[in-house]
Amino acid sequence: MPRPGFVLDVDRSTPPILFHHGEGFRLERLPADRSRVIYPAEPLPALRHPDEAIRQALCNPVGDSPPLPELLRAGMKLTIAFDDISLPLPPMQRPDIRQRVIEAVLDMAAEAGVDDVELIAALALHRRMTPSELRHALGDRVYDAFAPHGLLTNHDAEDPDNLVELGTTDAGEVVEMNRRAAESDLLVYVNINLVSMDGGWKSTATGLSSYRSLRHHHNVRTMEHSTSFMDRHRSELHHSNWRMGEVIRSSGPRIFQIETTMNNNVFGTEGPMAVLQKREWEWTARDRVSFTAMRKGLEQLSAANRRRIFQNWKAPHAMTSVQAGEVEAVHEVTLEHTYAQHLVPVEGQTDILTMGLPYICPYNVNSIMNPILVMCLGLGYFFNLYRGKPLVRKGGVLIMSHPTPWEFHPVHHPSYIDFFEQVLAETTDRHEIEQRFEKSFAEDEWYRHLYRTSYAYHGVHPFYMWYWGSHALAHLGRIIVVGGDVRAVRRLGFQPASTLTDALEMASDVVGRDATVTHVHNPPILMADVT
Amino acid sequence: MKALRFERSPARFAAAMVAGRLAGGGGATVGPLRLRDIDDVELPGPDWVHIKPRLAGICGSDLATVDGKASRYFEPIVSFPFVPGHEVVADLIEPAGSSGTAPGSTGKPDGSHRVVLEPVLGCVARGIDPVCPACARGDLGNCERIAFGSIPPGLQSGYCCATGGGWSTAMVAHRSQLHPVDPAMSDEAAVMVEPTACAVHAALSSEITDSDTVVVLGAGTLGLLATAAIRRFTPPKTLVVVAKHDHQRRLARQLGADTVVAPGEIRRAVRRATGSLAIGDGDVVRLCGGADVVLDCVGSSASVADSLDVIRPRGRVTLVGMAGHTSLDLTPLWQRELRLQGAYAYGTETLADGTRRRTFDLAFELVAAAQLDELVSATYPLRRYAEAIAHAADAGRRGAVKVAFDLRQEKERNR
Repeated sequence: MPRPGFVLDVDRSTPPILFHHGEGFRLERLPADRSRVIYPAEPLPALRHPDEAIRQALCNPVGDSPPLPELLRAGMKLTIAFDDISLPLPPMQRPDIRQRVIEAVLDMAAEAGVDDVELIAALALHRRMTPSELRHALGDRVYDAFAPHGLLTNHDAEDPDNLVELGTTDAGEVVEMNRRAAESDLLVYVNINLVSMDGGWKSTATGLSSYRSLRHHHNVRTMEHSTSFMDRHRSELHHSNWRMGEVIRSSGPRIFQIETTMNNNVFGTEGPMAVLQKREWEWTARDRVSFTAMRKGLEQLSAANRRRIFQNWKAPHAMTSVQAGEVEAVHEVTLEHTYAQHLVPVEGQTDILTMGLPYICPYNVNSIMNPILVMCLGLGYFFNLYRGKPLVRKGGVLIMSHPTPWEFHPVHHPSYIDFFEQVLAETTDRHEIEQRFEKSFAEDEWYRHLYRTSYAYHGVHPFYMWYWGSHALAHLGRIIVVGGDVRAVRRLGFQPASTLTDALEMASDVVGRDATVTHVHNPPILMADVT
Repeated sequence: MKALRFERSPARFAAAMVAGRLAGGGGATVGPLRLRDIDDVELPGPDWVHIKPRLAGICGSDLATVDGKASRYFEPIVSFPFVPGHEVVADLIEPAGSSGTAPGSTGKPDGSHRVVLEPVLGCVARGIDPVCPACARGDLGNCERIAFGSIPPGLQSGYCCATGGGWSTAMVAHRSQLHPVDPAMSDEAAVMVEPTACAVHAALSSEITDSDTVVVLGAGTLGLLATAAIRRFTPPKTLVVVAKHDHQRRLARQLGADTVVAPGEIRRAVRRATGSLAIGDGDVVRLCGGADVVLDCVGSSASVADSLDVIRPRGRVTLVGMAGHTSLDLTPLWQRELRLQGAYAYGTETLADGTRRRTFDLAFELVAAAQLDELVSATYPLRRYAEAIAHAADAGRRGAVKVAFDLRQEKERNR
């Protein structure tokens, strides 16, 4: 039976705590008697027969939906959309969940005689998936059957001929959708719900939409009013997507939603990375040796080689649930499974929140974690992994650990480079950034060209990364980055510190000398349930 | 009188070239520049007067001369030995018994009046009558007689053996070269008028329109002044300034830049400012469009190459900084039908409404309006000339803009 997540109060006997630090690690001693560490739950058991579980889910849908086989018929137009390269994190060992689910759907479609089938990577404004990434996600059989015939495509949010406006929500939000998906008799959406933010109406309303639609909820106001965006019932981001879902339900295609959850087995229980999943006081002598060897070995490598090693890591995480049917009903079940893995009860807020940021976030798979993504991972994703109240009090301090290199992947993140060099050089104010710069980036012809023909994130994407941190930026009194490139950290508007001790000293200017400290031991992922 | 004099000495010139390569301004200690006690300059003609410099700036062309980097192009249009210094605010010393005062100036008890020198030695100063077509138009910087007339060759005061220069306690000037200084204007502001006039001329000769994207490459004195001049007299749609140092970035913004970028960021910045396409998969290998106008205020091979990199087809590049010998690929000039032009000195400008005004008058206006006196970062006495020149040569890194000699307390002689 896996142990649940828990909160450790730090005393003088507590060993140094692991902080992820990009493609490396730090061991840090936290101040005794005023610090605590929140540990994630151990991995939940995997489904013993995942393929059978998938078939059962497709045939026994939840909510107001017939079983999938009843929705399939010869002569129909079927589209299968699926989550893109941003999920799961890290990419999983083969077979990917998407492969398992899509193969099951295709088997049923074949049995029903459906021959007009297309697959779409629902990437919204993310970069296109490469052929090898698609092959990894879908498996050889699916890839080889569809890709050579042009039936496996990346969604193109800048192709006016392939978008259709479905209507407008009561709040005036335009709902635009991929034409093939919108005009299908049935749209099957295959999710990997890594965190509670994923899935629901966000899958189709965001993943298959365009800038015209996304701008309604990917903005500063929405993100400031999403407290948090990991808590769907208190997330304006989700409220907007749910309103759009109403329009899709009334004017769009019939949707059969498939959602899957996965466990916390990110680094495995055996092998070189297994120690990262253990609690420090339970490290054996062998764990200590292997950790030290790993750390020292990594330090000898160039940054590029370190990155290559980590980006090649395929996680052994496994499926813990699969549910299918009507979008909202499916999603409520999914949330229960997600929370079962991630939620850790925590009493009270802290003055200082510390976090070690790992090498990966949703937008740098097979890529570089540039400074804007560091900001987004820390202030966006990690900060928002709470329910109830933020882990850190209003006006408190966030200390993040990451090398934050002034480095970008030019193919994947061209507009990020310009955002960093030109926008952040002028202002880090999210409201000003949104008003002064967003439109010109969103409509830039070169970015559009690179998004459509190469592997670039959309021109507006770095803005969304910045907005993702809006709630944290509005909430925090100071943000400090330990061990980061000083110039890059300052460009972000944060304060650099060489060591955690220095950072805590700097934090004391804001929250005093006896401030409480809470460290989130993430990854594997945890979500604080703060009361 | 005391003066820093540049003498013809091939050995010292060679030493200056070597020292200048090792460290900017290094030529000052080993080169042909020497602090001397010399005889006062004699008046070359009836309309010439003595002036006593108060502040005299150190310009990029002066630094190139001191470090032996100046082009041999100048050899026939300068005369040795000369006293450098052409950015000058001075006291006019009226001849005994003279009742004339420079219009608008305030007389001092000792009979002096503050003036700014317009150093170009055109036909009028050279006693040539009739004047050449350029001087007739008021385009003094284009004078076709700079090696002729009643004084020896010398394109400006500060490069002519008969006039002396600002890096001294005394020099001579033709009355036509002198502009009275308003009593309310500080010496620091007044010494900025000459370089500002260069910038005004560069801005107005670049034919900038209000729909243009303009790039100013470099944010030293000339780049910053060009930024201010463009903003005041010919504002474009977007003004992008390339600045290397923090204080330059701050000043560029203060003087009117819309966007300030680091040198390595210029291609991306121009691409974005113009919305043009680029060749390259996320890296900007080459711009397809680009800026309408570039003012190169650096004048190096690299900056000229950068200018050609970021200019649109049929765009205009103005060389404001003294380029000297450069090595560059002119293919883009040909393929993109670019215009590469120089902007030297000043004279008379045509404004957008068609009116013609003296460049110096516009420069006086701009110096006052933009508070350009703030750009004077440091002043030195003549005896610390090596230090002053080293400071000027390294101004950017040392947080400075304009470095000048302060001659107000200078004694006439060393002994």
